[in-house]
Amino acid sequence: MAVLVFVEVGEGKVRKSSLEAVAYAHLMGGGVTAIALGTVAASELESLGKYGAQKVLHVADSKLDQPVIQAYASVLAKAMQDENADVLVLANSSLATPVGAKVAIKAKGSFASNVVELPSTTSGFVVKRSIYTGKAFSMVEMKNQKKVIVLKKNAAEAKEVGGTAQIVPYSVALSDVDFATKITATEKASGDILLPEAEIVVSGGRGLKGPEHWGILEDLAKALHAATGCSKPVSDMNWRPHHEHVGQTGVKVAPQLYIAIGISGAIQHLAGVNSSKCIVVINKDPEAPFFKAADYGIVGDAFDVLPKLTEAVKSMK
Amino acid sequence: MKILVCISHVPDTTSKINFTDGGTKFDTNGVQFIIGPYDDYALARAIELKESIAGTTVTVLNVGLGDTEPTIRKALAIGADDAIRVNAEPTDSFFVASQIAANAQGYDLILMGRESIDYNGGVVHAMVGEMLGMPSLSPVMKLDIEGTKVKMSREIEGGKESVEANLPLVAGCQEPIAEWKIPNMRGIMSARTKPLKVVEATSSDKSVITQKYELPAPKGAVKMISADNVAELVNLLKTEAKVL
Repeated sequence: MAVLVFVEVGEGKVRKSSLEAVAYAHLMGGGVTAIALGTVAASELESLGKYGAQKVLHVADSKLDQPVIQAYASVLAKAMQDENADVLVLANSSLATPVGAKVAIKAKGSFASNVVELPSTTSGFVVKRSIYTGKAFSMVEMKNQKKVIVLKKNAAEAKEVGGTAQIVPYSVALSDVDFATKITATEKASGDILLPEAEIVVSGGRGLKGPEHWGILEDLAKALHAATGCSKPVSDMNWRPHHEHVGQTGVKVAPQLYIAIGISGAIQHLAGVNSSKCIVVINKDPEAPFFKAADYGIVGDAFDVLPKLTEAVKSMK
Repeated sequence: MKILVCISHVPDTTSKINFTDGGTKFDTNGVQFIIGPYDDYALARAIELKESIAGTTVTVLNVGLGDTEPTIRKALAIGADDAIRVNAEPTDSFFVASQIAANAQGYDLILMGRESIDYNGGVVHAMVGEMLGMPSLSPVMKLDIEGTKVKMSREIEGGKESVEANLPLVAGCQEPIAEWKIPNMRGIMSARTKPLKVVEATSSDKSVITQKYELPAPKGAVKMISADNVAELVNLLKTEAKVL
């Protein structure tokens, strides 16, 4: 089964989630071709070979340095055809997910997003999807010959398997329609670790009593190389920016380690963190519902526990 | 301007999720259904646009069986002018997008939430855009209309992007695009008599079939650590959980 993998490039680098997608495609067996769009160094693309790509199509068109969804979809649909790929694999992102959906329509394929495991092919082609915001899973049979799969974070481990990839220049004729949406400005929180991709997240809630107390949380985050998050009340009160809001209607995270400080654990907050590998809850209320969803818990005051925890992390290193 | 707002009928965010019939059916027992929270933002923005741009009408569309009508009436009470219900079970993104596209002729702006909170596909807007040959964008946090031009702000990983496009357009919405609106008594009264048209689904073969549902494995018991011994926590995270 020939698999095409979309490799997303951010600031000239291949995103880690795309390495997971290449590793996933490799584990499916069969030939793996990756495709990257826009300006990116050859060395970055060559490294995809280590994760299982045999060939990397590179569309070195600077117009594609901007993540224009429609244009990306046109390129990928054509590449799927040219490469005779049965399956297109993408890692979930604000760019990749809509691109995948559009390719599925163009290719008359079956589509599934939020896929958490390798497909089972013993009877049909069945994928496991995360649904109800992480509260359940569905087993979905993809019936059409062409298939587009969008992976949830951690669907496969980005493991090096050795190997080298051949880089092949590739181009697709694009029209004005592909650029009908114009990106006029991009604002990025610079220097921070991106919350959706972070391996460790430190989140604060109302228990921190005010935005002026976030320093102790940031100290811990810094010691752990973690991203910072917050609960919905905290972003609603403008203590922290909206893009830090973790929960059902905010960012859903899936880090290795999630540390919640002064967050009681409303079901809507849990929905945003239930894909985390390990959850630590620090709360002065021993009855806080979050403890039921935690792996480790400390009953204590944030202002007492946080500085001690930061010191303990620092002395570990 | 004609605005179409597509709404999902989903379990309230506090619902406990369960399945019956050997994991093949969603257990609606004790579950409260609501307008999808993201769809509610889309609806609120549509009503604001209707209030600020003369001659604007708002139609709501739902793909669902008869039990979704109270949810549709609520959207009418919030201020939509009329409604369409496509009489079919919303089984997957492609099927729902096909039904929306089949009923979306003549609308200038098609709004919906960034995703439904049941199946979380997050792609119906992109599929509808592709089917109708319109640009689509999601998740949109700000949407203003100047003539035929639409100025939007979209959330991206760790930041946001400003985007412009022309009508007609499809947008998947999220906060803070508008504040949720609560229906008032007058709205609730008038919603009863607003037109709600029921149409049958276009026959559409399913490209995906949900075979069954599963719940996550239950979580093990929490291990409590004394606040005086945080070094022990760091040690466990390193040696037992292996996450540091």
